[in-house]
Amino acid sequence: MNFWLLVVVKVLVVAGAVMLPGALLVIFGELKISAHMQSRIGPYFAGGRFGWAQPLADGLKFMQKEDLVPAAADARVYRLAPYIVLISTVAIYVIIPFGPDLTARDLDLGVFFLLAVSSLSTLGVLMAGWSSGNKYSLMGGLRAAAQLIAYELPMVLAVVAVAVQAGTLSLGGIVQAQAHTELFGANIHLPYLITGQLLGFLIFTTASLAELARIPFDMPIAESELTMGYLTEYSGLRFTMFFLGEYAGMVAFTAIAATLYLGGWWLPGLSPEAGYMNVVGPIVLVTKVLLLSFLFIWFRWTWPRLREDQLQTLAWKWLIPLSLANIVGTALFKVIM
Amino acid sequence: MTTRLDPTVAMHLSDAAVSVELETPEMTLNIGPQHPSTHGVLRLVAKVDGERVDSVEPVIGYMHRGYEKLAEVRTYAQITALINRIDWVSGFCNEVPFVIAVERLMGIEAPERAQYIRLILAEMTRISSHLLFMSSYPLELGAPTPLMYALREREHVMDLIEGVTGGRFHPNFNRVGGVKPAAGGGSSTKKVVQDLPSGFFDGTRRAMDRVDLVCDELDTLVTGNELFRARTVGVGIIPPDKALAYGVSGPNLRASGVGFDLRKHEHILPYDDIEFEIPVGRNGDCFDRFVVRLQEIRQATRIVRQAVDRIPAGPLQAKVPRILKVPQGQCYVRAENPKGEMGYFVVSEGGRIPYRVKIRSASFSNLSILPWILAGQLIPDLVAIMGSLDFVLGDVDR
Repeated sequence: MNFWLLVVVKVLVVAGAVMLPGALLVIFGELKISAHMQSRIGPYFAGGRFGWAQPLADGLKFMQKEDLVPAAADARVYRLAPYIVLISTVAIYVIIPFGPDLTARDLDLGVFFLLAVSSLSTLGVLMAGWSSGNKYSLMGGLRAAAQLIAYELPMVLAVVAVAVQAGTLSLGGIVQAQAHTELFGANIHLPYLITGQLLGFLIFTTASLAELARIPFDMPIAESELTMGYLTEYSGLRFTMFFLGEYAGMVAFTAIAATLYLGGWWLPGLSPEAGYMNVVGPIVLVTKVLLLSFLFIWFRWTWPRLREDQLQTLAWKWLIPLSLANIVGTALFKVIM
Repeated sequence: MTTRLDPTVAMHLSDAAVSVELETPEMTLNIGPQHPSTHGVLRLVAKVDGERVDSVEPVIGYMHRGYEKLAEVRTYAQITALINRIDWVSGFCNEVPFVIAVERLMGIEAPERAQYIRLILAEMTRISSHLLFMSSYPLELGAPTPLMYALREREHVMDLIEGVTGGRFHPNFNRVGGVKPAAGGGSSTKKVVQDLPSGFFDGTRRAMDRVDLVCDELDTLVTGNELFRARTVGVGIIPPDKALAYGVSGPNLRASGVGFDLRKHEHILPYDDIEFEIPVGRNGDCFDRFVVRLQEIRQATRIVRQAVDRIPAGPLQAKVPRILKVPQGQCYVRAENPKGEMGYFVVSEGGRIPYRVKIRSASFSNLSILPWILAGQLIPDLVAIMGSLDFVLGDVDR
């Protein structure tokens, strides 16, 4: 097939068939789950049953709103910022393996690519905060930048331990390595969550909560302090892009966490080489993604927000030393094993 | 003699300029009057250095409705309809001290049953006001769920208040010399005295049980929460001497360790017949202010239960002339409102209209400590401290 045609098809499939439905599903989940946690019903009208069309209706409503650019804003940067946030999220989807052959692009340096593009979204957030011409937005953007440095390190260090154990940086390879785990010569075939990376999993999920700016780490948005942080001035379609980017990011990070620690598209007991995995694999991965998303939603509606300095304390005094110890432990484990 | 700069020296100078610190001037941040955490229309002009607040100047008056002036051109019966809008989350409590001040000027006392009804409704109002705080405070710290739990049970209490008075927020139920006979019966038909709606006592007991249950829920969900503690323990400490110096009252004062409660000191309602404790905090931080209010809800349910058990039968109104004419004199009556000390200084020159009504509202004094306590805090703590003081802007501006 023509190379460029293939690229277009892949981008459309990744963005339209994977990212969009995933994000809408998680938004719907958040609406319904939060409602039931708060003894409410949640959406029940749009779409007929269970209000399943509520996220779509919300999106359509936002699209009809005026695309407002404040007079004090740096208009070009202001307009560009939401695209950067969304594109960096779409780029993560490119490397997520949904099955043995179901990857848009299985890069050899997949993990490296992931960490590089995921930090790109913070650039968009910083641009949004800077260009809005609003003091609250500026503070939100700067908080996001400060947060990036704090959580990116533990996240990278946690992923390094996985790479050490798997011996590869390719996400597909990491899934295969988990499917062939050996302990002291015995084939045990269990995901890394059980075989040595429990601490790394906790660090990675904590860091991804911070990366996604979800409670308890939603200081860049903090509606009760900074009114809405870098989102304050955005409206209409551009707000929708931030909103969609947030939930698409949640799906992306839970998918990465599932791939790195929970075995991705593979389940213990299934053969990773079998052809049927291309059908079963996506279902397995989506189930894991939804379970992890439920955890994130649960945190969001239970906990209050931390302070920025408390996040820095958590990152520098706890997560980074722990993740360094995790690398040392994993390396020793690898040698002994 | 003019000096010409040697190019090599200039080069060194430009090197030296690198070490000059970047100038970071203070930013003036205008918080409010439209801001989610200012409880209405408070405006804070804050000088901030990054996230740190150097100084804060509260600007009030956006909610000023001039009740003190309005009271000078209204009859005493009309004023109760106004003053329950001062602190609109505890409307009933606002009426009580004013009505008692007028009663004292006229030398009459409300019948015992009316006093008990006032006590029960005042404590229910306290529960509803504190439950609103229980819901809004975690929300300000970013936890939205306790709001729903607290408001769900508050609704039962509001229903009871509505059943008796006909209004949820603005009951206008107190009359000089007693309380208003409930709708549908009362003053016109002299035989049938319909005072409290049927099933009120059973409904009250059930509602109090539910309020106690939600207090337990909030205890585990909020006060037991590590992150909530991280945000509130040791934040915004008000030492007892500072609290007294600024005239802080109510739960905020008691959280600082001063066990002063006007329900024990002023004998305007029959609190002496009822057993209850005054919860007192230890450190005077945001956490203590939250816990003291939670304990006060528990004490309030205890008070309501006892009052419901021992409410005497009898009339709702003392003998009061049809046209209220208050003799010359002046009187100050204060009461323990949910937000703190609420007092009315009523001056009468004789006649149907007061000469002057001075309103001492709790939130105004509680807010006056803001510039002192917010200096040097972080912006997230600013929100946490402001929320923990639990003021209502209507109560500040009147």
